[in-house]
Amino acid sequence: MAEYRRLRDLDWAMLVLALIICLVGTLQIYSATHSTNFRDASWKQIVYVVTGLLLMWFIMSIDYHTLLGQVPLLYVVMIALLIATFLIGTKVMGGRRWLALPMGFRFQVSEFAKLVLVLLVARYLTELKGDTLEVWDLIRLIGLIGLPMVLVMKQPDLGTSLTYLPILAAGIFLAGIRWQYVVFFVLLAAIILPVGWMFLQPYQKARITTWADPYADPHGSGYQIIQSKIAVGHGGMWGRGVTQGTQTQLRFLPVPHTDFIFSTFAEEHGFVGVVILLGLYFLLLMQVVQNAQTAPDRAGMYICMGVASVLLFHILVNVGMVVGQMPVTGIPLPLLSSGGSNMWSMFLMLGLVNNVRLRRFVN
Amino acid sequence: MRQLQSLCLRYWINSRRGPNRTAPTAVQLFPFKSAELDFKEKLLVRDDAKLASGKIAIFQYAAVTIFLFLIAGFWRLQVQDVEMYREAADKNRIKSLPLPAPRGKILDRDGRVIVENHSTFSAILSRSSFKDEHLPAIADGLNLDLEELRARLKRFKNQPSYQTIFIKEGLSAGEIAFVESHNDPDTFPELELIHSQKRLYPQDGLAAHVIGYVGEVSEQELNLPEFAQYNQGDLVGKAGIERQYNDSLMGVDGQRSVVVDYKGQIQQVLSRKDEVPGKTLQMTIDLDLQAVAELAMEGRRGAVVALDPRTGEVLAMVSSPSYDPNKFAGHIRQSDWLQITSNPDNPLLNRAIQAQLAPGSTFKPLVAMAGLETGIIDENTTFHCAGGGTFYGRYTKCHSTHGNISLRRAIAQSCDVYFYSLGDKLGIDNIAKYAEEAGLGLETGIDLPGEKRGINPSTKWKARTQRAKWFAGETISAAIGQGALTVTPIQLAAAIGGMANGGIWQKPHLVKEQAHVEAARKADWHPDHILSVVAGMYGVVNEGGTATIAHLPGIEFCGKTGTAQLVSNEYLKKNKTRIVKDNAWFVGFAPRQNPEIAIVALFEAGEHGKDASTIARDVVKVYFDKKARIKQPAQIAALPFARRMN
Repeated sequence: MAEYRRLRDLDWAMLVLALIICLVGTLQIYSATHSTNFRDASWKQIVYVVTGLLLMWFIMSIDYHTLLGQVPLLYVVMIALLIATFLIGTKVMGGRRWLALPMGFRFQVSEFAKLVLVLLVARYLTELKGDTLEVWDLIRLIGLIGLPMVLVMKQPDLGTSLTYLPILAAGIFLAGIRWQYVVFFVLLAAIILPVGWMFLQPYQKARITTWADPYADPHGSGYQIIQSKIAVGHGGMWGRGVTQGTQTQLRFLPVPHTDFIFSTFAEEHGFVGVVILLGLYFLLLMQVVQNAQTAPDRAGMYICMGVASVLLFHILVNVGMVVGQMPVTGIPLPLLSSGGSNMWSMFLMLGLVNNVRLRRFVN
Repeated sequence: MRQLQSLCLRYWINSRRGPNRTAPTAVQLFPFKSAELDFKEKLLVRDDAKLASGKIAIFQYAAVTIFLFLIAGFWRLQVQDVEMYREAADKNRIKSLPLPAPRGKILDRDGRVIVENHSTFSAILSRSSFKDEHLPAIADGLNLDLEELRARLKRFKNQPSYQTIFIKEGLSAGEIAFVESHNDPDTFPELELIHSQKRLYPQDGLAAHVIGYVGEVSEQELNLPEFAQYNQGDLVGKAGIERQYNDSLMGVDGQRSVVVDYKGQIQQVLSRKDEVPGKTLQMTIDLDLQAVAELAMEGRRGAVVALDPRTGEVLAMVSSPSYDPNKFAGHIRQSDWLQITSNPDNPLLNRAIQAQLAPGSTFKPLVAMAGLETGIIDENTTFHCAGGGTFYGRYTKCHSTHGNISLRRAIAQSCDVYFYSLGDKLGIDNIAKYAEEAGLGLETGIDLPGEKRGINPSTKWKARTQRAKWFAGETISAAIGQGALTVTPIQLAAAIGGMANGGIWQKPHLVKEQAHVEAARKADWHPDHILSVVAGMYGVVNEGGTATIAHLPGIEFCGKTGTAQLVSNEYLKKNKTRIVKDNAWFVGFAPRQNPEIAIVALFEAGEHGKDASTIARDVVKVYFDKKARIKQPAQIAALPFARRMN
């Protein structure tokens, strides 16, 4: 009867929502690339989704407690791979973010690091004695997350390294933190941010200033965000129709199938399409949160909430970037953007959530 | 290795074990068993998951807020400001490119091409995407002077920004490559390459003054009613036929709306308003005559005008020195302009219609006409020439001693004493009356801009212009074409041609199809009187007169020489250092009866009228040679038509 229960207990709603989003994404990738050199990207995307489902199956089948038990090993492997990426990674557009795999595939370690960090936070917080975090607990946790963040930042990939923060933030928030510490961190941030500004790369600084005023350099750093906003606005209420978005089709929009895929979706499907797609994401997110609520234990809850926070952060930063509410950080939109590492890490995370769900009636 | 690791972990976990923690029971749901299952049992997990439910709710509220925030962003862009972004998207992809209309060709009377266009590529700037800091690089890439380019852009300041600016015509291959490789959105999105037509004029300045040249309309011109319909940057005719018939030659520019991609490459043409090419203009100029006249004038200052007195069609018009209008075609360089305008011989002056000079003895036939018409003399009246004469207290020399001389010989030998005496008897107002009937002191109305009218002096003229009384002594010099009297070459050709045509003056013109043919001016001159004067002019060339050198066998070429002082004797005294040579004139027509060609040659500083007559002779010879040559083919050409009639 084990097989039967497993299938029935899967979070089908979550899975169907994720697959619908993947389908929309694949179609949108087709629309954005059918007349370019990337025209095989939609086929690749299908491969990524199918392999993603297999990965999800795989990670579901290992009890998450077992995974939690292996966190130190996973953490060490992750750090080693990040260092390897930094040393021997494939250089693409000025950053070493990829490890080359056979058959021309590339593997972005920083994407999978999220998974390890979700488990790490879950385990770390589960094993705390008190109901709130003590200073040293906090500092150790920040250190554990900070190390991979620094490594990824050095690649340089500020955007991806920032996606580790919501895991930390959600964990700390859920574990409970004294308000004095919150005040302390806010003050610390107020001091660190201006100092950190000095250490940013020129292009990273430009991204921030561009966010404030893209028209300061409309043909340079402001180009992407201006073109993206034009594309979104051009969509109007009902959109231009599939393969009819001029911003996308005439390629005024840079990288329309990856980071700016939501922009091309907004151009071709309009406000109505945007609300529906964001609604799907919202339902997906709530489904993950619901799994957190029904988790059998605190560790499971932390895992689900870690995944939820990563998902929410990605949506906020990527979709916000498309309409100019957020600076350009170059992080993809989960399940929609073209790309394997991102797709696999997302399916692995959904696998973790399912993993927790499948074990909720145990005890 | 594994045991060591699990040992460490166990220690780590055990050290944190609290009193309330219980180990969860492991239940195996999956077909494959985890290798670490035994470890899992020892992992202590707090089972009070519900504790966090309040915080999860807060997370949900935060998520709702974030989604609403995002949707608000889309609402603003896609619903509130949708028009703004739609326009921005259209501006991105839709470009409007001018389709310059080619100017009409200019042909000679036989349909031979004098002026045409050749295809070139031009660089234009679109100002909607223009950035000032790009200018130095663009100027450098297109080999333009940066300051000139800046000044040029400044002139367009008040024009609507959708209007593009021509910055260079006739790009070289390298410059075309520069534009093509730099007009993407990331470098110089304002730069555009368009196909245009450049005016191609005869290389050696042939007929340059007649044809004129085109240039960019200037700010002063834009204020004139003549140019009111044009815009800054338009190429318009600046001189000559190009200016006179600008409206008909110019055509109407078209426009093309195209969809471009992010590289600026054209993907699709949305709409196209075709250009309307300018009309072809057929001139009355005969290239053969023009070429010969140009050749004869080479290295000389002056002018030649040949026209058909029966119709007023101008067959040749030369002004020398000439210039190369190709330098003007489009956008002239500052250096070229300075070089042309600083030339003391003033090559831009069209001497044929703008030189106002004393006609000298070429005026005598008209004085003779006045004498005959007023009845003061008849053809047999003689005056005595003793090599000079004293008139009003001043002795004036004749260039020879002619003795008793009648009208016919007086014209042929150009006796000054005869005309002094006749002029004295006529009085200035009689001379002026008949000269004006012949068209002197009046614009001929030729279809060229800037024609001058010369001065046909009379008592009234002097009273009006100088508020002084006419002295009878002045009539003496006026009678031999000196003094205040000035004419333009075209005036003289038209005047003598019309006289020989029986006192019918057709308006000279350069373009065959005139919008409205003006009625000829007529004078009631007695045919016998005309014949008498013509007989004298026949003598000039054919009966041992002053221009025997111009005799053409088999052609009844008649004419009159003139050697005109450029300045008064008083002026010469004041400026002793400068040698001012006399101007040589010749005016003539052929044949003697029903003349087909009237011609005037002005050879400035030519000193002797006969030196001008040879120039006229060469042109007239070509005219008749050509006429003899085309008689045969004309008949052959008529044959197929005749056959069709059967």
